[in-house]
Amino acid sequence: MVKTSDIDVKKVAKLGNLPLSADEEMAYKDQLSKVLDYVSQLSQVDTSEVEACFNVSNNSDVLREDEIKDSLLQKDALTNVSKKKDSVPSDRQGFFAAKGVFEE
Amino acid sequence: MNRNLIGLTLLETVKGLEKRSFSLEDLNKAYQVRIAEIDKHSLLSNSKLLNCYITVNSDSNGIPAGIKDVFSTKGIETTAGSKILEGYIPVFNATVIEKLEEQGISVLGKANCDEFAMGSSGENSGYGPTHNPWNLDKVPGGSSSGSAAAVAADMCVFALGTDTGGSIRQPAAICGVVGLKPSYGRVSRYGVIPMASSLDCPGTITKTVEDARKVLEWISGPDGKDANCTKNSFARSLLTKLKNLHGLKVGVPREYFGKGLDIGVEKVVKGAIKQLEELGAKTVEIELPHTEYGIATYYVIMSSEASSNLARFDGIRYGHDRNLFGPEVKRRIMLGTYSLSSGYYDDYFQQAAKVRTLIKQDFEKAFEKCDVIVGPTSPTTAWNIGEKIDDPLAMYLSDAYTVPASLAGIPGLSVPCGFVEGLPVGLQILGKYMDEETVLNVGEAYENATNWRKEKPKL
Repeated sequence: MVKTSDIDVKKVAKLGNLPLSADEEMAYKDQLSKVLDYVSQLSQVDTSEVEACFNVSNNSDVLREDEIKDSLLQKDALTNVSKKKDSVPSDRQGFFAAKGVFEE
Repeated sequence: MNRNLIGLTLLETVKGLEKRSFSLEDLNKAYQVRIAEIDKHSLLSNSKLLNCYITVNSDSNGIPAGIKDVFSTKGIETTAGSKILEGYIPVFNATVIEKLEEQGISVLGKANCDEFAMGSSGENSGYGPTHNPWNLDKVPGGSSSGSAAAVAADMCVFALGTDTGGSIRQPAAICGVVGLKPSYGRVSRYGVIPMASSLDCPGTITKTVEDARKVLEWISGPDGKDANCTKNSFARSLLTKLKNLHGLKVGVPREYFGKGLDIGVEKVVKGAIKQLEELGAKTVEIELPHTEYGIATYYVIMSSEASSNLARFDGIRYGHDRNLFGPEVKRRIMLGTYSLSSGYYDDYFQQAAKVRTLIKQDFEKAFEKCDVIVGPTSPTTAWNIGEKIDDPLAMYLSDAYTVPASLAGIPGLSVPCGFVEGLPVGLQILGKYMDEETVLNVGEAYENATNWRKEKPKL
């Protein structure tokens, strides 16, 4: 396994879409290094002949009949958009409004 | 009258209603009064408060249940213990809520919990910690902290919780009540705010094992909305009401009695195992050799799945800005994102998923020699509020005996089995995949032979 003291907290926070303060970055670098050191014991286990288990139910391709069913109404789906003035996203004419993605 | 009502078990409550000894109105009033006395909405300013509920539903008019705040409840605020969801009002019910309502159960309140069910002490809630009814300076365990404390303090007839790595069994043990984590896939996760999708199990916290069996009958079974929940509902086998345990083989894993186990807890649990022998069970020593890797495996898989699940909180459709996540949630998103990121996936997530197979096989081999596995639910009794909050690793290790069963997807029950210095201890009973029946039978036989459940905290 990699040396965990080299963890790039800024990069991981960006990938995780987490806004972190400078203090938080410091704290998480330390705490994550300790946790990663602890979990690195997994590398001692010989798993060369072992299949990974991602789910214990062994179900796959569970399908239902292709029938039309009721789903959320548009007005219901919009009831929980943020009402705060300072946040950009809000209910606009029956749509969700998101922050701009493309530059002008 | 009120005191008597709130002390009743679920089955006693149902019977009392059938016999018209009291009405649903009496019942709801009694619980509302109890909450007003000892939860945060207290009228008595000097009393210390439990803080079991984030929201209390004054419209409750069925049999009143405490519902962990990760279950979506139509028209009732649902926060998952997080400030990011403050004010969120679901427009639909979780499947288990629908199923309970069909049985005449109503939501008495939304129970406090660690934020997004992440924690072992209840201290990670955005709405303040819940206190242990047996000693208000102690934690109630977590993450179903409010659910367990509310049942112990007679603030609901029973409660629902979720168990991802021990979040039903551990707080039930530490609060002295019965906690059942069903097999993965026994109960639909539809409408449950997810943490780790391959591990999350909705389940029950009750005053007795019989009550747990009844609620499991009600909430289990497929709904067409959870692809992992396709087996039949749980139904009591017609064959049994076990009076004794003759012919039953009980496995005792030596790995659950090693370093880290409190001496007092060990003594109490060994006494409980002796009692199972007196009831006719035969104990066999078993090995679960990969137990030592349980916590490491769990923290990689759980945080990876959680980081992916929590990506949905973007503040666009519901909820607020991501900077409102609390410290533990941020920590797990960071750990999960790291384990899934390019260059580290094979070493962390993939390797953990392989070790998970070995842990699952440990149980499969052990169950060739026994019908159930027993041991302590938690290595210690309740600890002081604040004691482990700055040491995430120490907190994680308190789940050492519950996490392996979660990784294997098998059912687990925690039953009260004694006290150490006035604080409750739980006996954990684990069973084969989808064999809740045997687990509940053993729990019930033990419960009937002992009086621990009759002990109540002095509040």
